[in-house]
Amino acid sequence: MQKGLNEKLEADYVRPASLETAVSALAAGPRVILAGGTDVFPGLQDRPLLGPVLDISGIPALRTIDFDGSYFRIGAATSWRAVINADLPPAFDGLKEAAGEVGSIQIQNRATVVGNLCNASPAADGVPPLLTLDAELEIASTSGFRYLPLSKFILGNRKTALETGEMVSALRIPSTSTTGQSSFLKLGARSYLVISISMAALRLDVDKAGMISTVALSIGACSEVAIRMERVESALCGTPLANACERITKDLFTELAPIDDVRAPAQYRRDASVEVVRRLLAGQQKYFASEAKA
Amino acid sequence: MTCFTLNGKAVISQSLPSTRLSEVLRSEMGLSGTKIGCNAGDCGACSVLLDGEPICSCLTTVAQVAGAKVTSIEGLNAENIISNLQESFLAHGAAQCGICTPGMLVAAHALLLKNPTPNRCDVEDALGGVLCRCTGYGKIIDAVLAVNLDRPIKPLPQLGCSVGIPIRHLDGQSKVDASLVYGDDAAPQDSLMVRVIRSPHHYASFKIGDKAAFLSKHPKILAVLDASDIPGRNCFGVIPPFADQPVFAEETALYRGDAVAAIVGEADVITRFDEADFPITWDPHDTILTPEAAMSVNAPNLHESRDGNILVRGYVECGDADSALAAAKHKVEIRTKTPFIEHAYIEPEAGYAVREGNRIVIRGCTQASQMDRESLAEIMDVDPEAIRVMPTACGGGFGSKIDISFQPYVALAAWNLDRPARICYSRGESMRASTKRHPSDIHLRVGCDEKGQISGFVFDGIFNTGAYASWGPTVANRVPIHACGPYKTDHYRATSVAVHTNAPPAGAFRGFGVPQSAIAQECAYDLLADEIGMDRLAFRRSNALKNGVPTVTGQVFKNGVGIDDCFAALERPWKNALSRAADFNEEAIANGSPWRSGVGIASCWYGCGNTSLPNPSTIRMGITPEGEIVLHQGAMDIGQGSNTVISQIAADAFGVSVHDLTLVDCDTDLTPDCGKTSASRQTFVSGKAALLSGQALREMLLRQGNVDGNAKITIDGTSLNLRDDSGGFARIDLRGLPVNDYGYVFMAEETYDPPTSALDSKGQGKPYAVFGYGAQMIELQVDCVLGIVKLKTITTAHDVGRAINPLLVEGQIEGGVAQGIGLALMEDYRPGRTENLHDYLIPTIGDVPEFHHVIVEVPDDEGPYGAKGLGEHVLIPTAPAILNAIRHATGASITDLPATPDKICAAIAATKA
Repeated sequence: MQKGLNEKLEADYVRPASLETAVSALAAGPRVILAGGTDVFPGLQDRPLLGPVLDISGIPALRTIDFDGSYFRIGAATSWRAVINADLPPAFDGLKEAAGEVGSIQIQNRATVVGNLCNASPAADGVPPLLTLDAELEIASTSGFRYLPLSKFILGNRKTALETGEMVSALRIPSTSTTGQSSFLKLGARSYLVISISMAALRLDVDKAGMISTVALSIGACSEVAIRMERVESALCGTPLANACERITKDLFTELAPIDDVRAPAQYRRDASVEVVRRLLAGQQKYFASEAKA
Repeated sequence: MTCFTLNGKAVISQSLPSTRLSEVLRSEMGLSGTKIGCNAGDCGACSVLLDGEPICSCLTTVAQVAGAKVTSIEGLNAENIISNLQESFLAHGAAQCGICTPGMLVAAHALLLKNPTPNRCDVEDALGGVLCRCTGYGKIIDAVLAVNLDRPIKPLPQLGCSVGIPIRHLDGQSKVDASLVYGDDAAPQDSLMVRVIRSPHHYASFKIGDKAAFLSKHPKILAVLDASDIPGRNCFGVIPPFADQPVFAEETALYRGDAVAAIVGEADVITRFDEADFPITWDPHDTILTPEAAMSVNAPNLHESRDGNILVRGYVECGDADSALAAAKHKVEIRTKTPFIEHAYIEPEAGYAVREGNRIVIRGCTQASQMDRESLAEIMDVDPEAIRVMPTACGGGFGSKIDISFQPYVALAAWNLDRPARICYSRGESMRASTKRHPSDIHLRVGCDEKGQISGFVFDGIFNTGAYASWGPTVANRVPIHACGPYKTDHYRATSVAVHTNAPPAGAFRGFGVPQSAIAQECAYDLLADEIGMDRLAFRRSNALKNGVPTVTGQVFKNGVGIDDCFAALERPWKNALSRAADFNEEAIANGSPWRSGVGIASCWYGCGNTSLPNPSTIRMGITPEGEIVLHQGAMDIGQGSNTVISQIAADAFGVSVHDLTLVDCDTDLTPDCGKTSASRQTFVSGKAALLSGQALREMLLRQGNVDGNAKITIDGTSLNLRDDSGGFARIDLRGLPVNDYGYVFMAEETYDPPTSALDSKGQGKPYAVFGYGAQMIELQVDCVLGIVKLKTITTAHDVGRAINPLLVEGQIEGGVAQGIGLALMEDYRPGRTENLHDYLIPTIGDVPEFHHVIVEVPDDEGPYGAKGLGEHVLIPTAPAILNAIRHATGASITDLPATPDKICAAIAATKA
């Protein structure tokens, strides 16, 4: 009887080599989708991983980062380490900085960028930088692909727009959203292996006159889902970068809805977010000043 | 079935594809060097290389390594790939308990492959994913930095006279090659597994359903154990008169984590068991989580005999504190609060039991083998001799592994089912069930005269002692003795109370309440010094306790009071640091930087051993007919190094090289009682017993050989040669001598019990034979807008009397400091909320400063070679020194710990309001 049980459990773990097989497995019934395992296993606490599993880590096509002229594409089984190592334009610097802040090297080597989005934690490190890049999710099922902007994909704490039978196969970033340079800052209560109290990603470009021509700002861990800070963006767009910090005022941050929890009270999160944005802008000033010299 | 390459060899795993790789390595491949600390990627103990890159094997399924190359610590060890790294770890004392060492070595090796000459920052980045709770990381960083430098690693020092020499841990090799056996590494393959069913509620009545029906529905589960299965007393406790904790709660569970039953069966069945299927019904009650709630009139008594939920009160009084305070020229008042602190050893509670006829053998991690034996004898209703406790290596303890944890569950299962039975707590279970540091709520009023002499001191401390007594009485008794710090305090009153709540039992944690009280006292002394405009170090020195000056319990030490020597050692570093901070701040203000630098100082004193209670240790030494000199050393080495230090003392006392001794360590059948590893007592108490034992054995030989006291002893095969300075010589042929019951031709067994006396109703008396002293100075920077703290350096000056092993002294200091950093800046255990190592934060390698040490040696008459205890002292000054430095940098006083960024910001804002 034990042997029979083992065989059944074994059969319930599928690790296909192609996306096609993966989506057909999903079409047959719900499965836990496993890639890096860095959220799935902690979620189990110490229980074993039982029940139907779809392991997508063995699909070579999902482990690539490429550019087709219109989109940068990051496959669903691509690790944070691969993002750090990839040759990408300066607009991805913030994403790379976020990658370096995910857990530890051990976690970065396994955890995937897409998994970070699918886990839909309010403190997901990947969401703010990808929001500033206008990332879209490529969602696969037996009926083909659909695309959804990241801002419409994460619906709430641990809630996504993924329907039964669907999986995310990649995320893609339109090349039109990769102008300028980006950066990322995360606040936590210790140096490594830390979950954010607040974090922000800022992508920015300036024209020859030093005026901000492109700006995308997103803040995470201060609302149920990380958001783009459109009011801050409008306050900055078209203004000189040199004194941009002066335009960062608290009243532009009212759409944040931080909560009190064990990591920090809401008020601190709100105040700190304002300061984090100022620091990111100060960093961008230095970046563009040295670019201008070069 | 999964094929992969493991340590260079093709292997096939028959485990389910969804099995964690860590589990496959340990259970199926028999490679227990890979440790499991959290099963969540939070601790990195399970790090292995996957195609050359470090990963957490607890987050990877075996199916995911199909066709890949996996390298575990055993692979690196076998090929001598990391022998330089291991050698460097040993030479630097980078492995204490050793449980994180395999993960550290794997991660460090991955770094060194890519970057053979890393800098400190590279090392921190590479090792940031592996938590260590013992070392404070300083020695680990040094060890990795030194590996590929031309600087040769220091060779072993000349031996023969080993006290005072920084020899490496004698048991260190097995830690760096990962062969050391810990609690979950020892159980026989065919062991049954035990799982404890625990209360999910803080306070609830319960009824266990039909056990027979449950067992017939789950034929693979062999037994359900509950209170009705306990042959003896369903009760344990570290202090017998207060023992109140049931092995299995009966009818009512008093905290979230209280054990109510256990199931036993084959490992795979128990692992897969869904606790929702256990037949139990819960009736939750209104929860009492704070002392305020527990002491309110309406609160029910959690223990019938303890009115108002008060476990015990402590009291010490001398002089007339109220009048002195009223008359004081300057006064300050402070109220400080600290939360529950979790020990967070990386090795969860684990072990197994085997029934051998009418005896039970228990192997597993513990700090107190003899106390385990006595408790188990009562619980199992057998003679203590029927219980054998053979401790495995202990992957960190810090006080919590003194209490009974897993032992009765495996003992009962093995006894009833007559098969070996094992258990390993999950991280969540370990955090829910184990004891914690007492939360404190302290109110202190202290005054001084115009010259800064402390006049009156009134202290009231409330301690949340949780659901059961554990070490609550010790905390309540120790705190009033220590709350004044190492200062002359003529008019003093200190009260403490330990209050029961529905929180986890608060027990022993490095310092027994003194780290909490020192926060209030040391922060108040900074306020006072500032108020009278006196330098903070000078203020402390002018009040420092001295030889011949009575303590608050009226005890007078003629010698060995080393606190001012510690302060003196910090004079120059203090002046330099203050001037560095002033320069930094001047520049920061000019640049508009939000960062401010600050310097803080704090001190400690701490009595070694039990408070006014007998506290003996016994050490046996013997010589076999074959010429082996055997040391029976029962002081449990939990990483701090008692195996090494006590051997050094014994070797010198007897007069041979420490490497000539054969060590028999902690086993209740083989080693006499050395008491528990707690209260900073092993070097002092067991060390003294080793000294006496070594001297007695030596004396026997010298008498036998009729040579002078200065004779040198050399081993020559099965003979001993004794040669004295005046030409006297004797050769003792061991083979010809009668052998005693222990197998020895010569044997000495000596006991030392430190002289103390009971305290009277005002707390007057001699609570400890020896105190140790210390002071620490922190330099840090605070981001005044975001409230972030960067620790830059810490300079420590601890009076250890005599540093038996300076390398191990530094290791203890750095580990204690790291725990002090956690207490100051980040640790906050909340039952039901932070029961894992990503919500409960302990310092990582990036959170510790650079260490500088001055080892101060003011010998004490009592201790072996003048040595004093150290293990707990080192944690006490760190948190107040940090808080004082934050205040120096920003003006902000943080009194509600931990000082997280939000609290620092709020406190800075309060200074401006």
